[in-house]
Amino acid sequence: MASANIRIDEVAAQVRPILEIKDLAITFKTGSGEVKAVKNAHLTIMPGETVAIVGESGSGKSTTALAAIGLLPNNGRVSGGQILLDGEDISHAPEKRMIELRGSHIGMVPQDPMSNLNPVWKIGYQVRETLKANGRPDGPEDVARALAEAGLPDAARRAKQYPHEFSGGMRQRALIAIGLSCQPKLLIADEPTSALDVTVQRKILDHLDTMTTELGTSVLLITHDLGLAAERADKVVVMYQGNVVEAGPSLELLRNPQHPYTRRLVESAPSLASRRIQVAKEQGVEASDLLAPVSVAKARATDEVLQIKNLRKVYKLRQGLGQTADFAAVDGVSFHVKRGTTTAIVGESGSGKSTVAKMVLQLEKPTEGQIVFDGVDTAGLKGKDLFKFRRRVQPIFQDPYGSLDPMYNIFRTIEEPLRVHKIGNAASRQKKVRELLDQVALPQSMMQRYPNELSGGQRQRIAIARALALDPEVIICDEAVSALDVLVQAQVLNLLADLQDNLGLTYLFITHDLAVVRQIADHVCVMEKGKLVETGSTDSVFDNPREAYTQALLEAIPGGSLLLPPAVA
Amino acid sequence: MVRYILRRLLQVIPVFLGTTLLVYYMVFALPGDPIAALFGDRQPPQSVIDALRNQYNLDQPFWVQYGIFLKNLFTFNLGVDFTQQPIAASLARAFPVTAMLAVEALIIQAVFGIAFGVFAGLRKGKLFDSTVLVASLVVIAVPTFVLGFVFQLVFGVQLGWAKPTVGANADWGNLILPAVVLGLVSFAYVLRLTRASVSENMNADYVRTATAKGLSRPRVVMAHILRNSLIPVVTYLGANLGGLMGGAIVTEGIFNVPGVGNKLFQAIQRSEGPTIVVIVSVLVLVFVVTNLLVDLLYAWLDPRIRYDQ
Repeated sequence: MASANIRIDEVAAQVRPILEIKDLAITFKTGSGEVKAVKNAHLTIMPGETVAIVGESGSGKSTTALAAIGLLPNNGRVSGGQILLDGEDISHAPEKRMIELRGSHIGMVPQDPMSNLNPVWKIGYQVRETLKANGRPDGPEDVARALAEAGLPDAARRAKQYPHEFSGGMRQRALIAIGLSCQPKLLIADEPTSALDVTVQRKILDHLDTMTTELGTSVLLITHDLGLAAERADKVVVMYQGNVVEAGPSLELLRNPQHPYTRRLVESAPSLASRRIQVAKEQGVEASDLLAPVSVAKARATDEVLQIKNLRKVYKLRQGLGQTADFAAVDGVSFHVKRGTTTAIVGESGSGKSTVAKMVLQLEKPTEGQIVFDGVDTAGLKGKDLFKFRRRVQPIFQDPYGSLDPMYNIFRTIEEPLRVHKIGNAASRQKKVRELLDQVALPQSMMQRYPNELSGGQRQRIAIARALALDPEVIICDEAVSALDVLVQAQVLNLLADLQDNLGLTYLFITHDLAVVRQIADHVCVMEKGKLVETGSTDSVFDNPREAYTQALLEAIPGGSLLLPPAVA
Repeated sequence: MVRYILRRLLQVIPVFLGTTLLVYYMVFALPGDPIAALFGDRQPPQSVIDALRNQYNLDQPFWVQYGIFLKNLFTFNLGVDFTQQPIAASLARAFPVTAMLAVEALIIQAVFGIAFGVFAGLRKGKLFDSTVLVASLVVIAVPTFVLGFVFQLVFGVQLGWAKPTVGANADWGNLILPAVVLGLVSFAYVLRLTRASVSENMNADYVRTATAKGLSRPRVVMAHILRNSLIPVVTYLGANLGGLMGGAIVTEGIFNVPGVGNKLFQAIQRSEGPTIVVIVSVLVLVFVVTNLLVDLLYAWLDPRIRYDQ
């Protein structure tokens, strides 16, 4: 108690903010002239405080944070305003001064744990060089202590391993160890957990909270997830197109957003929203039922288009010297998908959910079990029948950057499945492509453009149009919206919901994001370590989770515990 | 790891038999009579021709010739060439010269190529980078025989910095000029490869993280950019050493280096099957061993690569 009181007194006495950003402007020199990435950013972080910058990609939130640690890319510079670190303006500080400050005064936990550790050095070495560069004791026991404090079990042994021997969560712990090893006064955490599973995310953020509270470190948290920001930060700063549009205490800002952009962000944050789309959809279906009793969606709603029976997939793992061990990626999974509905498979990475999707798509052969599609066991499909099957079941993949051929223009991309399946002639195919672009709400003028000219959301729409080209009955969405910003994510989910209503599509939705599940799914299958641990309607699973694992997943949704007045939610 | 090395070495056997058979057959199938060619315009007595044919087994069918060759090879009895010189002795003189030349050229291209490549990569788009890039393009575009004669004339004859020809007494100093010419072309490739690799790694996330740790610029470059960038360069250099050991026929010819390239050229001109195949066999061994070394070095540089599984 006594120590806590002393700390409060200290904070009160030391009124100077640890970081103060005033009227910051940042300019990038590009091939087509100068671009202002940040126009007017301002924020204040007091000692021991956590402040979150929220915004979509391109809002300037990461650029602002990088400027604070002097790590702007070579073509970027601070073109106006001040960055005061503990009273010292570092916006144009010489590199020598920045090297002194980095690590010891300002630490950083970067976004992607997969790419931020050098693959050729042992973890211990990468921690040790941090300690050494900042003049701290750097013996093996100091390295192990830093790693252990970041929550890495068995740290002394782990320090001798390479990054590729670590899981994503462990790497992020190593990066946290590096960022906090020299007890900086300010820690910049740039989307520190967005690449991780929800449950791991929660553990890591909890640990980061505990550590920074103990050390009295101020944290500048960069995130696109409003729910996460509200849960973790004392204050939230909202950035939009290079400007700070709103700032304030987290809950206040969520309950009463002033700026139109903040309002949109609050409304579409999946982690805060309830079953908005589903409710709207149910109402829509009811209305159309009244008008046309035999709607496509309802006509065969009772028929089970997909029946998965006792599915098993075993991989052989090499264990050195010619020995192999069996690893069951999918183990005894059974579920049914009704036509015209959405079934979500949720689970962490490694739970086997994507393997199920690959088997349904006939990209992998099941070791055991059956996949019955429209009454036919798919195991026996070969040649022509398999070709026909592919026409009826189409995928949409996670990465809208990787799943479109960069050398194909949009017309060719969407037309390709039609050509492969020899549907129609050139004129009718062009007409079909135009219709498809209309369906996914993209202008027809886009046909001649190439994927690299489009945004992530536009590309994912193209991927949807391509999947729809063959009029499939079932669409498998493998993390189809995970790579998108919240607002774009909401738009794509709405589009998928509309298409389902109009075309009677059946979705099998593979995702790790429970918030998305709640928005779109009718049924949920929860997978853990290859096994199906819980199934049921979305409502029953969310309101009344039976399994401990499902409860853990639900609790891990950032911002899930925040109570918002019904008017906003 | 030992298993891996053993497996790789065992692979030498089929590769060795395949290449020697192929090369031997190609020499056998060459048009013209090698014995008749030995005498030029003169017509030797038939008895001499028969004796020579018999000595070199040229009167035997192909398979017998090849079999005898293999037997001789494995009993280390390589015989004599058409000038009645023992093949083993002449190769024993030629290989060290070529090895010296190859190593010298390799050192030149590695040291200068990597150094220039790193500086160019770190200053991508600046004056130094652009100059070096254009210069390297010129080096790649100009054929070796032009470069060779120009260097011989300018540095060897006019400026007198180095001996214009090597001759019988090849040593490190004598070989400097041919080594520079031989190394120049690959130097340009090493430079470009290093530059591309460095400028790519410079923007890697882990380099930014390293800077964020508070490391000084030289440490970031040495520990985090250079080592990662060298991985593709080492592969190229290793494969290149095998090529250099094959002897540079053109360069050795210009500078009169008594190396493998020269020997091979003479042997081909005389259709001397056994000499050609012996040289090729040694080269196959050199290639396999250097490739194995490169793969081991590769695994040392990049810990993600492991061979023992």
